[in-house]
Amino acid sequence: MNILNLFVIIPVLTVIGILFTKDYKGARVTAAVGMSLQLLTAVILVLSFFAQRKAGVHGDFLYLSDYTWFKTLNIHYCVGVDSIAVWMLLLASIVVFAGIFASWQVEYLAREFFISLILLATGVFGFFISLDLFTMFLFYELAVIPMYLLIGIWGSGPKEYSAMKLTLMLMGGSALLIVGLLGLYFYSSSAGPVTFNLLQLSKISFPLAMQRFFFPFLFVGFGILGALFPLHTWSPDGHSSAPTAVSMLHAGVLMKLGGYGCMRVAMFLLPDAAHEMSWIFLILTTISVVYGAFGAIWQKDLKYINAYSSVSHCGLVLFALLMMNKTSMDGAVLQMISHGLMTALFFALIGMIYGRTHTRNIDQMGGLMAVVPFLGVAYVIAGLASLGLPGLSGFVAEMTIFFGSFQHPDTFHRVATIIATSSIVITAVYILRVVGKLLLGQLKEKEYLEFPDAKWYERISLVVLIVPIAMIGFYPTFLSSTVMDALNPIVERLTAML
Amino acid sequence: MNYSLTILILLIPFATFLFNGLFGMKLKPIISGLIGTIGLGVITLLSYLTAWQYFFVDGMVNGTFPKIIAMSMDWLHFTDFLTVRIGIMLDPISVMMLVVITTVSFMVHIYSLGYMEGEKGFQRFYAFLSLFSFSMLGLVVATNIFQMYIFWELVGVSSFLLIGFYYTKDSAVAASKKAFIVTRFADLGFLIGILLLSFFTKTFDFKTLTGSDQSIFANAAGVNFMGISVMTWAAILIFMGGAGKSAMFPLHIWLPDAMEGPTPVSALIHAATMVVAGVYLVARMFPVFYFQAPEALNVVAYVGGFTSLFAAVIACTQYDIKRVLAFSTLSQLGYMMLALGVSGYGGEEGVGYMASMFHLFTHAMFKALLFLGAGSIIHAVHSNVMQDMGGLRKYLPITHATFLIACLTIAGVPFLSGFFSKDEILVAAFHHDKLLFAVEFLVAGLTAFYMFRLYFNIFWGKEKHYHHTPHESPKTMTIPLMILAFGSIFAGYIPFHKLVTSDGMPFESHMNFAIAIPSVLIGLIGITVAWVLYKKETTIPERISKGLGGFYTAVFHKFYFDEIYLFITKKIIFNYISRPVAWFDRHIVDGTMNGIGWLTVTSSKKIRNLQSGNLPQYGLVFVLGAIILVLVFAFII
Repeated sequence: MNILNLFVIIPVLTVIGILFTKDYKGARVTAAVGMSLQLLTAVILVLSFFAQRKAGVHGDFLYLSDYTWFKTLNIHYCVGVDSIAVWMLLLASIVVFAGIFASWQVEYLAREFFISLILLATGVFGFFISLDLFTMFLFYELAVIPMYLLIGIWGSGPKEYSAMKLTLMLMGGSALLIVGLLGLYFYSSSAGPVTFNLLQLSKISFPLAMQRFFFPFLFVGFGILGALFPLHTWSPDGHSSAPTAVSMLHAGVLMKLGGYGCMRVAMFLLPDAAHEMSWIFLILTTISVVYGAFGAIWQKDLKYINAYSSVSHCGLVLFALLMMNKTSMDGAVLQMISHGLMTALFFALIGMIYGRTHTRNIDQMGGLMAVVPFLGVAYVIAGLASLGLPGLSGFVAEMTIFFGSFQHPDTFHRVATIIATSSIVITAVYILRVVGKLLLGQLKEKEYLEFPDAKWYERISLVVLIVPIAMIGFYPTFLSSTVMDALNPIVERLTAML
Repeated sequence: MNYSLTILILLIPFATFLFNGLFGMKLKPIISGLIGTIGLGVITLLSYLTAWQYFFVDGMVNGTFPKIIAMSMDWLHFTDFLTVRIGIMLDPISVMMLVVITTVSFMVHIYSLGYMEGEKGFQRFYAFLSLFSFSMLGLVVATNIFQMYIFWELVGVSSFLLIGFYYTKDSAVAASKKAFIVTRFADLGFLIGILLLSFFTKTFDFKTLTGSDQSIFANAAGVNFMGISVMTWAAILIFMGGAGKSAMFPLHIWLPDAMEGPTPVSALIHAATMVVAGVYLVARMFPVFYFQAPEALNVVAYVGGFTSLFAAVIACTQYDIKRVLAFSTLSQLGYMMLALGVSGYGGEEGVGYMASMFHLFTHAMFKALLFLGAGSIIHAVHSNVMQDMGGLRKYLPITHATFLIACLTIAGVPFLSGFFSKDEILVAAFHHDKLLFAVEFLVAGLTAFYMFRLYFNIFWGKEKHYHHTPHESPKTMTIPLMILAFGSIFAGYIPFHKLVTSDGMPFESHMNFAIAIPSVLIGLIGITVAWVLYKKETTIPERISKGLGGFYTAVFHKFYFDEIYLFITKKIIFNYISRPVAWFDRHIVDGTMNGIGWLTVTSSKKIRNLQSGNLPQYGLVFVLGAIILVLVFAFII
């Protein structure tokens, strides 16, 4: 059987398993077992994928399989992965795994919570394995719906408002997307029967007028998910109300769907329009990068800080994609992975700190390093990764983006790159501000002295995120080169149109 | 011969960092300290062997010292031209730096066993020291500018961690933050400089960039921005990175505050090694500056010259002994920068380059000695401030003797190391620019004055009331002092002009008595003035400072640069940029989104009245609609 099917089967079996559990303990253990298996599967997939590559198996996508499930409209369940998708699956598995352990203490409606969480994960996994755009879209929608429940029921603060806002804005994005996808579908008739199949669509060169019309639908549709300025405002509210694991999954993986979709669907299939319109989006993403970082400086709520920081970092993903050369796009993928791990780590830590202090306001905290050193050190590591310290993943991704983008022959693009580089300083400002206020200095409250340091399940959650961050930081060679290989077809199609 | 063992120079401190960082807390503090110290001892030995091998066994090839790539591995592939490699390059300056860093670092490791004894977080301290040593060594042996940038950032973060070592103290936290952000801002310049340089030359490699083949710069020829050639921009931006790390004016503000860190850290990082990274960077890129961007070299010279004067003046007014030393460091770094800026290339022309490296070497010895001496004094009297000290020479004989040696060395007293290196700098400045020479000449006098002001205030004068009788520090602290004192005395006899030169070829250097004699004299004048004013406590200094009025106040407050820094960060960035951005985001951008939501809800409320379920109303609307339609059609047709 195709190993990729396991990415849908395991979560579904886990959900069924949770249905049979009695209490929160049973639910979380079942979820943990299921997602551990999932992580194991992802690791096996990575190993076997690159073993095959090494053995000389070519073809852009491996593990292809195809099953028609809606014959009349020619909709397939068609799966296959290239190395980018493989890495994204691994990322998603790691984040989900860490997320389960970070929600170890959820007791209120725990079964429903874990079921929703895993359904959300299923949507994400399904998105990355799909090659049929309709199925891909279906999985994406599958991810958004549980999100509404998760925030609305298990969230905090103005949770109903945030859940509604987030869902409506993402649904707005979906509405744009479906228009774009239908456009691709109907125009594919020029080369045989209409299809949603990505591989077949990628062989068609669509007429320019059609590209111009549909490109914005697709790019903005995915862009909303990737926090494209000015459509990013669901992110601060959504994240701040969401429960820990949902923030982790959402910022860590779901936001990456946006960048991934922009690259694999919008830009790959409609390259002419991408070239023609890139300048508009380039301006918007440059704004995202700087604006998000400045926005983060002023915030006092830990989650808001991280949400704005995500706007800046995810802005960099789209920014790099729009530079449209192999290095910068490689950087974009590295940034997706790096930011996914990093921001999941941040949100996990914020959840753990909030669980102890019952506040997220940095003015009310201080000196926590002395009482919870494990969490403190982990927070510093996350912060350093975020501000791009060499030896951690953020540096590799950002430098690849900057050096790739600066190779662009056009001056406008190079100037935009220089503006974007300024984010490394602004990021340092807000990260150090948070670290200083939160962890260093004098303890604010006496009762803080009684906080326990990280529990075993919290440690698992943190370590499983820190280790890959450090591994990428130390030895990016393999990851970077495999991503570059997978980018070849996309870059070729983009540059062939010049 | 091959230098494959040099890889251990990087690996050992990294291993001790990981070990102490991960498991240190489970060990006894002293074990953790010894692991770090022994590790450093081993690499010190290795560095000496490497230096011996490089300079005296293998020596020159075709009359020059070669650049040897001892190790190199691909790390990250950008484009077909640009690949980041991590490696080890040995050439005269990197080998010299290996010796400097490992020596001082080893001394500091030993010293800290005594100085930091009983401190909370002793193991963490040693872990950070190892991290710093690793990063600094990786920086100097870099084979390419990107590797240098990588380690440059790592050095910055180690400095941040060590300045903020006492993390419960708010001033230490603020100082570490300031140091990191100011240098990070400078690094942004460095990064953009590398972007520009690599875009035009298509390479990161130092060997290619600084080689004799200038054709790699062909792409940049004739490219100007705002009337200045693009290579000059690149060089100035790279220098900006160096100026941040070496605390050149106006990016100097972080260094005095960095004294919040433990004193051994000040000695290692903020006196002897990290702060010279900027000087080292310019020296490393010197041929690029000299051939492609001579204007940038002038900037280097004047910034260096100005910093040295500016800091020397401030040093005369400070009371915190570590801050006096910090400003002295700034001033001496200015000297080194200036020497590079006025240097030519090749043979005797390159005397400035040689002098700069020479001074870097001797300065590392005597300034580390001064800081460690200051640490020993602080250890004894539990205060940083001069007013709490006096008459300490009886209680701290070894500290006193070594501190005096260091003061004499920095004042340029003949036959001590500082005399030789400073003299070479003055010679280089004299041949290039008389104004810069005059400034440096004046600074030489000021240096002697403020150092001896410090010396007399601490060791002479009236005894203060001490909580307990001050006593000499333990052996772990005094032995490093003695070793460094030995270095300070004799380092001047190393024939730098034969070993470390701008083009790798040795040249003959002569003592220029026309410059040496006056510079010695002005040093002696400075010492004498300090002797008159401070040997016995008098009211003269107070009267002089009163007499200077506003100028004195301005100097005492370091020309208000800290206030300017606060204004920029707190007011401009925080209040005038971030706050409006946050407001804009919440009220305009998000407001629009909420507005759309509100509009939908409100309009649906209005429209829903139409679906009233009231049949007569439907009938009325139906009839009215039909009439309107009929009229419309009739009108159109």
